[in-house]
Amino acid sequence: MLSSIPLPDPGPLILTMQLAAVTTLVLLVLGTPLAWWLAHTRACLKPVVEALTALPLVLPPTVIGFYLLVLMSPRAPLGAFWVSLTDTTLTFSFIGLVIASVFYSLPFMVQPLQAAFEAVGKAPLEAAATLRAGPLDRFFFVAAPLAARGFLTAIVLTFAHTVGEFGVVLMVGGNIPGETRVISIAIYEHVETLRYAEAHVLSAIMLVFSFVVLMTVYTLNRRFPLKTV
Amino acid sequence: MAMLDIGIARRFGAFDLEVEEAIPLAGITALFGHSGCGKSTLLRILSGLDREASGHVRFDRDIWQESATGQFVPTERRGVGYVFQDARLFDHLSVKGNLAFADRRSRKIGDRPTFDDVVDALDLAPLLDRSVTALSGGERQRVATARTLLSRPRLLLLDEPLAALDGRRKAEILPHIASLPRRFSIPIVYVTHAVEEVGQLADRMIVLSAGRVAAKGPVEEVLSRIDLGPLTGRFEAGVTLTVEIVDHDAEWAMTRLDHRGQPLLVPRIDGAIGQMVKVRLRARDVALATERPSGLSIRNVLSGTVRQIAAEADTAYAEVLVDVAGVGVRARVTRMAVAELGLAEGRPVFVLVKSIAIDRPAQTHRQDDV
Repeated sequence: MLSSIPLPDPGPLILTMQLAAVTTLVLLVLGTPLAWWLAHTRACLKPVVEALTALPLVLPPTVIGFYLLVLMSPRAPLGAFWVSLTDTTLTFSFIGLVIASVFYSLPFMVQPLQAAFEAVGKAPLEAAATLRAGPLDRFFFVAAPLAARGFLTAIVLTFAHTVGEFGVVLMVGGNIPGETRVISIAIYEHVETLRYAEAHVLSAIMLVFSFVVLMTVYTLNRRFPLKTV
Repeated sequence: MAMLDIGIARRFGAFDLEVEEAIPLAGITALFGHSGCGKSTLLRILSGLDREASGHVRFDRDIWQESATGQFVPTERRGVGYVFQDARLFDHLSVKGNLAFADRRSRKIGDRPTFDDVVDALDLAPLLDRSVTALSGGERQRVATARTLLSRPRLLLLDEPLAALDGRRKAEILPHIASLPRRFSIPIVYVTHAVEEVGQLADRMIVLSAGRVAAKGPVEEVLSRIDLGPLTGRFEAGVTLTVEIVDHDAEWAMTRLDHRGQPLLVPRIDGAIGQMVKVRLRARDVALATERPSGLSIRNVLSGTVRQIAAEADTAYAEVLVDVAGVGVRARVTRMAVAELGLAEGRPVFVLVKSIAIDRPAQTHRQDDV
């Protein structure tokens, strides 16, 4: 029986993990200051930025993918600049996928972080300022540890959401093995070519992975109420 | 003497705060007033947490804020310690972690007071390894105070640190706070709306009302001013006397005190003969008589002269200030009593004290029904 189950090609799996990891890292660096600003600003621009950040939640992925495709095409300024810099196109490349995923997964990083920073509030930061802690000191040693749960949630959700992306990848990246052929694209292709057995295996891996990830988050959240030291 | 020189204005819609004041950088200065008078805002301006005020704040020769030149020193570089009403401990750190947070960041300033000095002063040794989320309200305030001291501030600001605590917890912390200026030679500005705390802790007080300074001066002087009326509180209003322990009466478990030649009796308190203690007489616990009364359970009868009478229009009450051996004692009586007894300025009266609170920092519980 076992021998009849086709072993999946590890390529799309590895590529998917790489894409999710890089995207999460980039979003952690870019999303944290954005979430911080949103949590603390009283600027009238705030709802505008909040709406922009939330757009990927409601737009069909094909819409995001379409605009990104237009932006990154070698005829557009951004795409042309990239070609002049690297001699390769942004579209149908891994880097292009990362850029697309960053936009697509943005709300999954920013919203939990913003909520966590808002929950921390100004009070402990003011207390830290009166204890001679400067702004960066306050962020890394007061706000970030107090918002640890928010960071955990944001990182896991961003990673998992990027793993599950399909429409944007299809529009921007296509289906190039080792470059843009992520797991969801591979499943789609298997189904298209009627290779259901392979599709079953990959789908099952996705299902189990997603479930384990989410369960880990909820378990961690319950067992460690994030009171360290 | 070095001063904290304040000249600020801060507007919020209909309310505005305007304070021109120089506070001596020694001992405890109480910033007193009802809620909404602007006292906490003033404290936030002094610490740099509120940046919206215009004007100047100078600490001795250092400029902390000067709107005219756009200078503004951020909170973390002012060296102000701030104890918040809600303690604001860091929940992700233990008690020790909270103290170490402050300690590490002020090492370059000096190593006095040491970690152990502060832990000792606030009795924190048994709590060090506890999580701050498992502390009582009183314990939280002690940890917050210790943490602030370990940031080795040049000025300590306390924002109603006892307001959220019940009577017993207050009594547990008050002596610790009272000992700070001597023990760590650090000036304190203490915000409160409780007259008792002012009497027990402060050397001088500033009364704020609707964003303006309504009165200021030594605590005993300001509290004996009856013209301030409701500003210094109706129900809790009173004066503080500094008296000497004369002797202890073992048989009746009483202690005899002396106020400038006039005796006072209280249920036995601890203290050596000759020691000075502060006692508080609330205006509502003081009655007046034109003749020395007899057949009365009240033991404490002082003689004095009416110095001032302030009738409160539209109410039944009047405040009478009686000079007892050079010190003003307030009595809250009815206007009817003033009229029927024929009380007037200069008239000799007997002051009947129903209850005396002992304010000596080492012993702060109230002694009732003397």
